[in-house]
Amino acid sequence: MAAFGSLSLLIALALAAYNLLAGTLALRMLATAGTSASGRPRGFSLGGISPERLADTARRAGIAGFFAVTAAAFALIWSVFTNDFSIAYIMEHSNRALPGAYKFSALWSGQEGSLLLWAWLLATYGFVLRLTHKTDVTLYAYAGAILAAIQVFFLSVLNFAAPPFALLQGEIPADGNGLNPLLQYPEMVIHPPMLYLGYVGFSVPFCFALGALMMRYPGEKWIRITRVWTMVTWMFLTTGIFLGMHWAYAVLGWGGYWGWDPVENASFMPWLTGTAFLHSVMMQEKKGMMKSWNVWLIFSTFLLTMLGTLLTRAGLVSSVHAFAQSSIGTWFVTFMIIVLAVCIFTYVLQRSHLKSEHRLESLVSRESSFLFNNLVLLVACFVILWGTLFPILSEYVVGNKVTVGAPWYNRVAVPIGLFLLFLTGVGPLLPWRATSMKSIKRNFILPVIVLWVTVFVCLAVGVRPWKDGAFDTGNFYALVAFALSTAVFSAVASEFIRGAAVISKQTGRNLISSVYLLTRRNTRRYGGYVIHIGVVVIVIGLAGAAFNRNQEREMALHDRMAIGPYTLECVGFTQDSNLNFNSEYAMLDVYKGGKKVFQMTPEKRIYLASEQPQTMVAIHSVPGWDLYVVYEGTNPQTGQPIIKAFLNPLVSWIWAGVVLIVFGTVVALVPSLSPATAALRVPARTAPVEPAFKGGLQ
Amino acid sequence: MKPLRHLNSWIKAAQAVALAVVVCFSMGATDASSRYTDLNHRLMCTCGCAQVLGECNHVGCPNSAGELDELRAGIAAGTSDKEILASFVAKYGATVLAAPTTQGFDLVAWIAPFAVFAAALLGTILLVRRWSVGKTDAVKLPSDPATDALREQIRRETGADGGY
Repeated sequence: MAAFGSLSLLIALALAAYNLLAGTLALRMLATAGTSASGRPRGFSLGGISPERLADTARRAGIAGFFAVTAAAFALIWSVFTNDFSIAYIMEHSNRALPGAYKFSALWSGQEGSLLLWAWLLATYGFVLRLTHKTDVTLYAYAGAILAAIQVFFLSVLNFAAPPFALLQGEIPADGNGLNPLLQYPEMVIHPPMLYLGYVGFSVPFCFALGALMMRYPGEKWIRITRVWTMVTWMFLTTGIFLGMHWAYAVLGWGGYWGWDPVENASFMPWLTGTAFLHSVMMQEKKGMMKSWNVWLIFSTFLLTMLGTLLTRAGLVSSVHAFAQSSIGTWFVTFMIIVLAVCIFTYVLQRSHLKSEHRLESLVSRESSFLFNNLVLLVACFVILWGTLFPILSEYVVGNKVTVGAPWYNRVAVPIGLFLLFLTGVGPLLPWRATSMKSIKRNFILPVIVLWVTVFVCLAVGVRPWKDGAFDTGNFYALVAFALSTAVFSAVASEFIRGAAVISKQTGRNLISSVYLLTRRNTRRYGGYVIHIGVVVIVIGLAGAAFNRNQEREMALHDRMAIGPYTLECVGFTQDSNLNFNSEYAMLDVYKGGKKVFQMTPEKRIYLASEQPQTMVAIHSVPGWDLYVVYEGTNPQTGQPIIKAFLNPLVSWIWAGVVLIVFGTVVALVPSLSPATAALRVPARTAPVEPAFKGGLQ
Repeated sequence: MKPLRHLNSWIKAAQAVALAVVVCFSMGATDASSRYTDLNHRLMCTCGCAQVLGECNHVGCPNSAGELDELRAGIAAGTSDKEILASFVAKYGATVLAAPTTQGFDLVAWIAPFAVFAAALLGTILLVRRWSVGKTDAVKLPSDPATDALREQIRRETGADGGY
């Protein structure tokens, strides 16, 4: 199977290289051949093969490449399941007792496997892209050739720098080293693929943007084509990031979910630029503005996905999330330099194609709010990049490596985040073109009232920016976050209600039905609003961290520990074992108001293959807070078990917010009711028109 | 004179708020428990877990308990925060501090984000002014009727408010 896998990767590389070369040649021939009076390319051929035919063979090679990479991925999975320890990768990342679901995780638990997953996802995206080429044959040919170039890079790395099917030297062991215990958790089966779907997915809009610029594509059609790709990719990246947060929360046992770790930062940076892109493309679609900006946003997003991989894979920065490191940094640096050079060269050559068609009419308008929104998102991205790279910079400049940890990010990034939240509320309330004072008063009065009511309510219930006579930054940020969140929520909700009220008046429908119809009429707009509500819910959840509490103590049998409204009583300890690990449990009865409400069983495992310990946190989650209990092991001096309990307010709001974001994205992806359909549902609508976009338009 | 009086009262109110904020920010945690929590969040665990000392509780950590004991001992001995942090740096190196200091090259870490933010804000305002109607003319793109019609249709289908 190792030979089959290696051969598949070699074939995949050959096919990707053919796709790149033949595709580029065909496009060059088409570009230089000119067009006939009928608009079709003149007959220009290479050895009897027309450029169209050559481009089609390139496309078919790309499709075949998907099957070759799939075969390689299958070979690795097969080798894991058949415990083929002659393959070094399988020996290092799996063992016989590893449960089946985690055998899949072995695919991305190491350097070579995760690069193979990357290559496979890229091939899958390419497969879909090449199958749907009839939407616009020429643009898809450009995008396909650029995508093939990225595939050539990853497949070269897999074939020559990090081969997943390298054979073990010497005697083959009877069993493998096993999977890293941190990865033996259900979310780790879906978190990395989700994150990779997001990372890799940004390659597609990047290819379209670069291709559209190369061919001086007229209009904004490439943005419309890539919109679905970008939104789906963004949704995957968002989901991947939050699954990672949940994994860190449930597995690492420190009671938090985000530690500003370089790997976390690496995933967050392309998310920020991708989010900026999703907002600013609307300016291009609506007004024909910010064309250069959008092109560079998507270029940057793609480069940041590469940079993130470089940072964590090349060992430039240390991370608790980096499970695979090697010396492929040079490959990535070279690739990034080439990509950047191509982007700059193409931009300089074609920038006259990216001139704005309209001008701003007012500093206070929807247009300028998009600009400021982009500004804040990009500054946030810079701040995170700066914080991530500063230790390297400091070591280079003054020879002194420093740590840039959570305290720095909390002071620098949190205020920027709150400003962004403020813009989230303000932006949708501003009309396009210009804003009158009357409009400002009408739109802003409710959010401002809600903001101040929240401030007073928070102060009244004890959320105050001071503690024990001292100013408390965490509480202050929490107060601001709660106030802004409710204000933004009221602003967004009022948009729904205002629109629904008009429909209700027109059609006699009830308010809920009107909200539904309103959303269906413009799914993109109202889906976006749902996403904003999701962001608000997440911010409320994050702000809850300012009020985290924890207790730690040794607990003998029937000892008690109180935290918040709960009292934990230790009722026993037990042990268990299976082929994969030995474990110790603490059994804790939890009382509330003197009444036993449930039992928690925090656990500590020792994995047999790797001999590494791992905590399994017990979490009881309700909307108000999480009771989070860790069994830390036993005190070597006293032999008593140590239990640490956290009461983390509002954590479940974070996960609920993510669900809302995903829901909002799905809503935004659903096509709006066409004017024809809307006319059937609502009387007195305009006459139906043929939509501009459908397959095979050109 | 009346508007001026109003202006003065607004300025006084703003001064009072600013003073209150400055006082709030300048007040520091003083009791031993608060100092302990504050300091253990300004230090990193040195075992390589990349966690703040006060939050490192991974199973079997060989370093955090000893470092926390050192911190408690320093506070109990009446040593100042600055001296405690300096002793940790002397023993474990500069990476034991969870954030860069505000001296020397470290200061750049703090200044750069706000400098970039200010520059970007200024740049955006200037850009908006430059792009505003009346300052410069919009570019007239070379076009053909078919592309123009397609572009307009795309924009119509984006939604009345540009899809947002």
